[in-house]
Amino acid sequence: MISVKKLVKRFGLKTVLRSVDFEVRPGEFVALLGPNGAGKTTFLRILASLSRPSLGEVTIAGYRLPHEAAQVRSTLGVVSHLPLLYGDLSAEENLRFYARMYGITNYRLRITEILEMVGLETRRRDLVRTFSRGMQQRLAIGRAVLHDPDVMLFDEPYTGLDQDASSMLDDVLKAVAAQGRTVVMTSHDLARAEDLATRFDVLSRGVIAASATSRQLKKSNLLTFYKQALAG
Amino acid sequence: MAVKPIRTNRRLLSPLPSSEGKGAGLTAVGGRSSNNFIKAISAIVWKDLRAEVRSFELVSAMLVFSLLVILIFNFALELDIKTRQSVTAGVLWATFAFAGTLGLNRSMAIEKDRGCLDGLLLAPVDRSAIYFGKAISNLAFMLIVEAIVLPVYSILYNINLFQPGLLMVILLGSIGYSAVGTLLSAMSVQTRTRDILLPILLLPVVLPLIIAAVQASNTILAGDDFNSIKHWLNTLIAYDVILTAVAFILFDYILED
Amino acid sequence: MQQNKPLALRILDGISILLIGITTYLALFVAPTEVTMGAVQRVFYIHVSTAWVGMLGFIAAVIPSIIYLRTKDMKWDRIEVAAVEISSVFFFLAIVLGSIWARPAWNAWWKWEARLTTAAIAELLYFAYFMLRAGIDHPERRANFGAVYALIASVSIPITFMSIRWVDRTLHPVVFGVSKATSEIEMAMTFDMVKILLFAIFAFSIVFIDLFWNRIRLGDLQDKVEQLKLKVTS
Repeated sequence: MISVKKLVKRFGLKTVLRSVDFEVRPGEFVALLGPNGAGKTTFLRILASLSRPSLGEVTIAGYRLPHEAAQVRSTLGVVSHLPLLYGDLSAEENLRFYARMYGITNYRLRITEILEMVGLETRRRDLVRTFSRGMQQRLAIGRAVLHDPDVMLFDEPYTGLDQDASSMLDDVLKAVAAQGRTVVMTSHDLARAEDLATRFDVLSRGVIAASATSRQLKKSNLLTFYKQALAG
Repeated sequence: MAVKPIRTNRRLLSPLPSSEGKGAGLTAVGGRSSNNFIKAISAIVWKDLRAEVRSFELVSAMLVFSLLVILIFNFALELDIKTRQSVTAGVLWATFAFAGTLGLNRSMAIEKDRGCLDGLLLAPVDRSAIYFGKAISNLAFMLIVEAIVLPVYSILYNINLFQPGLLMVILLGSIGYSAVGTLLSAMSVQTRTRDILLPILLLPVVLPLIIAAVQASNTILAGDDFNSIKHWLNTLIAYDVILTAVAFILFDYILED
Repeated sequence: MQQNKPLALRILDGISILLIGITTYLALFVAPTEVTMGAVQRVFYIHVSTAWVGMLGFIAAVIPSIIYLRTKDMKWDRIEVAAVEISSVFFFLAIVLGSIWARPAWNAWWKWEARLTTAAIAELLYFAYFMLRAGIDHPERRANFGAVYALIASVSIPITFMSIRWVDRTLHPVVFGVSKATSEIEMAMTFDMVKILLFAIFAFSIVFIDLFWNRIRLGDLQDKVEQLKLKVTS
């Protein structure tokens, strides 16, 4: 589903991603771990077609970036730590806007489905700026799933969420993953990632330092695996 | 607040019919079907207008600022009734030029701050749809403010500003201003200096508009015939066409990363 | 790229200095004294030449901008910056010299006529250009934005110039008599003066090429230093 070969990303003279090789099969849920500044967000932005690679090949769902970026975008759903929602519009209006941007014509039913899935049906007419951070994040996921993407990219989705909101987000993420989508999620939170992901990759010093599936790792070893990957 | 449980046990999200969503993006080559393009532009314009109706941020700021500027000019210039007529055009255009930057700044800042710009960039539409969408809504806001300022000025100074020639000039000037302003505000919002940079970038570039608009407006207000402003109208139209084309072509390059 | 100045450039440096010297000599001593304005008219030769270099730089900034946007090769960005810098300095000189020349003739340091005003607006555009670049840390974005603004500005400025000129013609009565070369200043030019003027323009064109080459080289060296710095610290 996602194929990254020898990806290099430079900002001027600074190299953030040195040579990243990354393959994801359909249906996998990959947790991309790594310290701050490792380049996780940069990497995700490249996958999301928001940033261009300096060198290397990136292919998503068979389409190559950056040339076939437009086709890639219709198969992608992205959630970042910024909500990407308009505060002065209601939940419903936000979804309607994005539905139109994605060329979805019969969106009324779909919007209702999405709002129900993320538990915001009762707040559909309320302005997003009145929502708590947790609610905004859930709506953001709804927005990301609106056009039924095959691939979902989450960049630190739990940032700023309290316990309640986080467990709600857990449920939504599990539901989304259960629908057979391919997911790449960056996270600081090892415990959460452990729960959700089927595979763990560590990005360190501009390359993928280690990769292991959840079967290869026994639960208690994720922390050790992570620390080893960073040290090595 | 009772937390509504998320229903994960039923089959969620019926698949979209194949012509929707990702299908639409794919069947139209690179999301460039003209239908989708126009839809995206109108979605953006509609979204901006809707949000503005709720908050009134932009229009109120631009409006109050315009009235303040006129007030300052009133005391700064201290004119008798005769001379006032000759500076009306200048005062109006100075007002619009400055107030316009407020609206442009704010319009782009809204997109940038909540990451919405990324949201727009992620959609499977041509980048220029974003340009046209924003340019049209920026134009709409300017026209709304102008539509309020004109009668106020007319009343305050007992001058009839509602002449078709003048309205045409204001429209043409605003179009060019928005076209260039949208491009430049999209740039300035991505720099460190942000708000203060936009007037510095924009005002020297829209000078031809201001020159032509003021000259034409003066002539109209003085009651001269249409022929004498033909040249200025041509200048305005030429500027609008050329700069919109250039801005539209260059817009892609300022969104890259 | 060589560390030491290439020989050709050093020779060009020498020639440029020589040409400036000759031009100055010609302007100050050889040129006949103008009938109406007297000695101050001699500034005119350098004034026109610096304005000419300013224009060259301006045009020279447009092409690299377009090429940069198409190829994304930073080399063109450096060329563009060099051209803009040179143009901004020379336009400034032209404005100052123009003021000095015009003071006795117009009895004012400034006049809002087409060419002077446009040169001043060009300076403002350059200032905006550098402010824009200064506000961006991301190198590719800085180059992108610079090129985009350079192109917008260069499309707008001719229209500005023509607009102001038209205003001048329609509104301001001709005061001293319009002559093509001088715009509202009457100046009788003899054939000798024309010869010297042409030489001055030629000389400053060479100076422009010299400065342009030097400045591009400076940009390349700066870039190299950054790369070395990065190698050492990483």
